[in-house]
Amino acid sequence: METSNSNRETILNAIRSNLPKVPVEHPGIRAFQHPDGALKAMFEQRLKEAGGAAHDVGSAAEAESKLVELHPDAKVICAAVPEIAGTRRVEKVCDPHDLADVDVGVVRAQFGVAESGAVWLTQEDLVVNALGFLSQHLVVLLDPKQIVPDMHAAYRRVRLTETAFGCFMMGPSATADIEATLVHGAQGARSLNLFFL
Amino acid sequence: MSTAKQVDPAVAAELFIIQDQIHEPMHDRFLWATMQRRHAEAAAIPEWEELREIASKIKEHALTHLDHYLEEFEANATKRGAQVHWALDGADHNNIVYSILQDHGVKELIKSKSMLQEECQMTPFLQQRGIKVVESDLGERIQQLDGQPPSHIVFPCIHKTRKDVAELFARTIGTDPNNADPHFLTEEMRNNARSRFLAAGAGMTGGNFAIAETGTFMVCTNEGNADIGAAVPPLHIASIGIEKMIPRVEDMGVFLRLLARNAEGAPLTQYSSHFTGPRKGGELHIVLVDNGRSRRLGMPEFWHSLKCIRCGACMNTCPVYRRSGGLAYGATYSGPIGVILEPTFDEFKYSELPFHSSLCGSCSEVCPVKIDISDQILKWRRVMARKGYLPLVKQLSFGIAGHVFAHPEEYQVIKKAAEPAMSYAPHFLLYNRTLNPWVRDRELLQPAKKPFRDWYLENRSKDGNVQQ
Repeated sequence: METSNSNRETILNAIRSNLPKVPVEHPGIRAFQHPDGALKAMFEQRLKEAGGAAHDVGSAAEAESKLVELHPDAKVICAAVPEIAGTRRVEKVCDPHDLADVDVGVVRAQFGVAESGAVWLTQEDLVVNALGFLSQHLVVLLDPKQIVPDMHAAYRRVRLTETAFGCFMMGPSATADIEATLVHGAQGARSLNLFFL
Repeated sequence: MSTAKQVDPAVAAELFIIQDQIHEPMHDRFLWATMQRRHAEAAAIPEWEELREIASKIKEHALTHLDHYLEEFEANATKRGAQVHWALDGADHNNIVYSILQDHGVKELIKSKSMLQEECQMTPFLQQRGIKVVESDLGERIQQLDGQPPSHIVFPCIHKTRKDVAELFARTIGTDPNNADPHFLTEEMRNNARSRFLAAGAGMTGGNFAIAETGTFMVCTNEGNADIGAAVPPLHIASIGIEKMIPRVEDMGVFLRLLARNAEGAPLTQYSSHFTGPRKGGELHIVLVDNGRSRRLGMPEFWHSLKCIRCGACMNTCPVYRRSGGLAYGATYSGPIGVILEPTFDEFKYSELPFHSSLCGSCSEVCPVKIDISDQILKWRRVMARKGYLPLVKQLSFGIAGHVFAHPEEYQVIKKAAEPAMSYAPHFLLYNRTLNPWVRDRELLQPAKKPFRDWYLENRSKDGNVQQ
């Protein structure tokens, strides 16, 4: 729009002439204490409350068989991780529309957050962002050592300037829009199973 | 003064209440249950009150340096490849969006929930110009199919029963009218929306927060609909109010710990997504919208309302909102936050809103960024009175009340005269809904046989400490 530049000046000038008289200092954020110890247990509990489920798997082979056990009818398994082959490699997918038929997407999260059960997934982890949202079901791999206690620690860890997309994903898609009744699988994944691996 | 008709929330609320014995009690119950979950989550965090204080101060800091943070955000977002546009008002926003869509030959748009796009009336504008606009949030889609605006900023169709939705879906997308199971209805809409996501030429979102330090904006949803809209079509347009600026990435820890806990009693929404420049293979446009915000910043008594993070807790806790339903406010924003935001758009049209409150103060107590909502409601009442926007019946009764309360001797005379009148007046006269709107949904108190003042004079005045 040609008008953008003058709009920009109009808005910034209006703000400058209307700024409240007394500028307020940034308060700073002190380090908060959090319950020590069992981050993994807390994470698992919160993930369950969010509608997800965590599983301990000892090896890639065990992860494969767990996936088949959880999704016996899956035809298209699209993987973004080396541990699981799947039926389609996401690296080969150029157009996100080509992920519309995915039954199970398999991705690895960088870390989890104990206070919510959320995992951090970026564009680099998903390879094609739509894999995290068009897949009917998700399997997320997470190293159990990579769990931070709370969102303060989580934001110290994310590198927003290094990725165009990053998401704290807490369980599967959900809605409570109709009579406040919780339903999973509103638009995104119907289920989210997390494998500690 | 605007030419728009004054909104009368009391009359609209009455229609919501008297329609049947189902809608209003259900609405009240669901929102109060949400509030109970909110209280449980808040109580589980020892530093909850401190977080509110920090969030409030960060917002005040950002707003008192807003020009600086907007420029920083723009520079960083641009550096990452986003195209940033500036819109003076709603019309400007809509024109910018339309021109981007035209440049890309987009005929169909899938959008996620954005109160700002509601505020700008974007959907009708685009539809009049031949662009198909589909809401993807379940609640918003329900409201779109019903031709209604959202009644709540977080739960758009919370005023509807499952039966209402089943009938609506039967009429509009051809589902079984007798199946009102929310799981079935949600599944039907999931399948209906899928094809629209795949057909859309562009996805639109709002933005919950914009981080100046990195040029990132954040979108929080439970359905993942904003993420599909941003990840599948090649073009993503985000509308963001200029007041959404957050200085640093680190600050987000405070806001995300507060937002979903306060909104719905969950630690986070299911998806908290961060967009920093266009995704691989995509194009990203950000429209920064003023639409009265810079003017509001210059209102010493009201600029704190710009701190709002749209959690909706003030609505859920409000005894007036819970019984009125959001549509009664006749405005984009309803509930206590709507009462203090809407008059900044149109003082006359929304002059009745500040009177649609009990001033109980619960909204201020739960606000995660400590906006003095109930104080602002009272201040707006003063503005309306000063400008002569009070309806005649309120002007008369408030005028008389003001005079009487200022002259206690007259109060005693009037009270003594009124009590027998109340005792003997026929029920139909006292309870006439036209003459006395107060009684439409309320019982009048029975006047005491002996007023407290008379009792006190007889029983305690011998102590000699009462002013005769």
